[in-house]
Amino acid sequence: MPTPLVVSDVAKSFTMHLRDGIRLPVVAGVSFSIRAGECAVLGGPSGAGKSSILKMLYGNYAADEGQIIVQHEDGLIDLASASPRTVLAVRRQTIGYVSQFLRTVPRVSALDVVAEPLVERGEEREAARDKARTLLTHLNLPEKLWTLPPATFSGGEQQRVNIARGFITEHPILLLDEPTASLDARNRDVVVELIAAKKAAGVALLGIFHDQDVREAVADRVIDVTAFAAGRIAA
Amino acid sequence: MTDEPLLRVSALSKFYGSRVGCETVSFDLWPGEVLAVVGESGSGKTTLLNCLSTRLLPSSGTASYRMRDGQWRELYRMSEAERRFLMRTDWGFVHQNPADGLRMTVSAGANVGERLMAVGDRHYGKIRATAVDWLSRVEIDEDRIDDEPRAFSGGMRQRLQIARNLVTGPRLVFMDEPTGGLDVSVQARLLDLLRGLVTDLGLAAIVVTHDLAVARLLSQRMMVMKDGHVVESGLTDRVLDDPRAPYTQLLVSSILQV
Repeated sequence: MPTPLVVSDVAKSFTMHLRDGIRLPVVAGVSFSIRAGECAVLGGPSGAGKSSILKMLYGNYAADEGQIIVQHEDGLIDLASASPRTVLAVRRQTIGYVSQFLRTVPRVSALDVVAEPLVERGEEREAARDKARTLLTHLNLPEKLWTLPPATFSGGEQQRVNIARGFITEHPILLLDEPTASLDARNRDVVVELIAAKKAAGVALLGIFHDQDVREAVADRVIDVTAFAAGRIAA
Repeated sequence: MTDEPLLRVSALSKFYGSRVGCETVSFDLWPGEVLAVVGESGSGKTTLLNCLSTRLLPSSGTASYRMRDGQWRELYRMSEAERRFLMRTDWGFVHQNPADGLRMTVSAGANVGERLMAVGDRHYGKIRATAVDWLSRVEIDEDRIDDEPRAFSGGMRQRLQIARNLVTGPRLVFMDEPTGGLDVSVQARLLDLLRGLVTDLGLAAIVVTHDLAVARLLSQRMMVMKDGHVVESGLTDRVLDDPRAPYTQLLVSSILQV
């Protein structure tokens, strides 16, 4: 079975044109791969570039150099140079992402926010909603909230909607940006269970977890991001 | 999803005398894709939209459109009558000011029905039933069907204009600041409606807006224009979250946080 995700020599910097074009190097020489059924964790202090790496793997940030090779449908795709249309197809079919914060859309119910990625993949709306109900129940989100748009939910409630949305599909690669940051212990345990189930299903997971307990419970391996510090190479 | 684009635009330029409207704009648009064109007033985004929708002829460059029968046609080589037919059937154009896209002195039902008659529908009962259906899809009560849009609020007029455009099942819709001039609450409703319709119908759309939040909500791809040129383009969230061109960085950093 081919490796679902291979990252090689990826570099990222920000050029701040509004501040005299000052260049802020973030990471360089980022190289690692994730196997199917494995959960790797990006480790390192705040500001080391963990989120930036995750965002590049989702096509949300552009990589300056290097390759991000993804097993997509029957071929390999370099996300670092892929067209927007290809990145969208990869997001629909191959790479799922649980962001730190939910971006809410006015008037769309929590249930539909969760069901949407399945509908985009061609699943019937009602079947998708059924799965969404199961997940939201599992994550202990009170049923009276399901029909409401999540904009007014608490941080923890929004995060659970976000997690359900990320876990509902069967993407072979799943990126997790601090999915447990604002959850209580009971719901953290649910997320740990969900991650274990994904691993068992052969999903390749890459995450950022500041919570020590969660990290120890899910991580097969820690990738030390400080090894990719860009400061000394650039400047 | 097909692997062929719906619209191919190559090196499109429009000059007003020696002044640049837009210059050497190229892109492909696929079925079901929403492209946002953003930039400040005078950046050339409306000129571009008007050229693409053939309301204006460009000074140079080409744009080809894949017709329903799969044939590619060059837009600027079609006859005026052919272009008008395309505009009435396979395309829609949503104006910022609904009064520009509606007939203000005929009923709401007739505004929707008129486009159907233009494509050959003659059965009054069927036309009326379709009109009622479309009014409900844009959340206008059936009992308003005989009212003139003059008696509608701004938000309702805009929803009526959308119904009028979508009733013929177009494959490509042009929108010029579709939420401009509306209250934020009305805007939110309209955006949600547009987003739902675009997804359900698999429409391709080109949306001109200066509102980056609108662009983020509606579009998958984005082009940023300045002084008639495309200064940056790509996936909408990539352009907004990791802007690279100096002008895009200025735009993104100028948004007020609520």
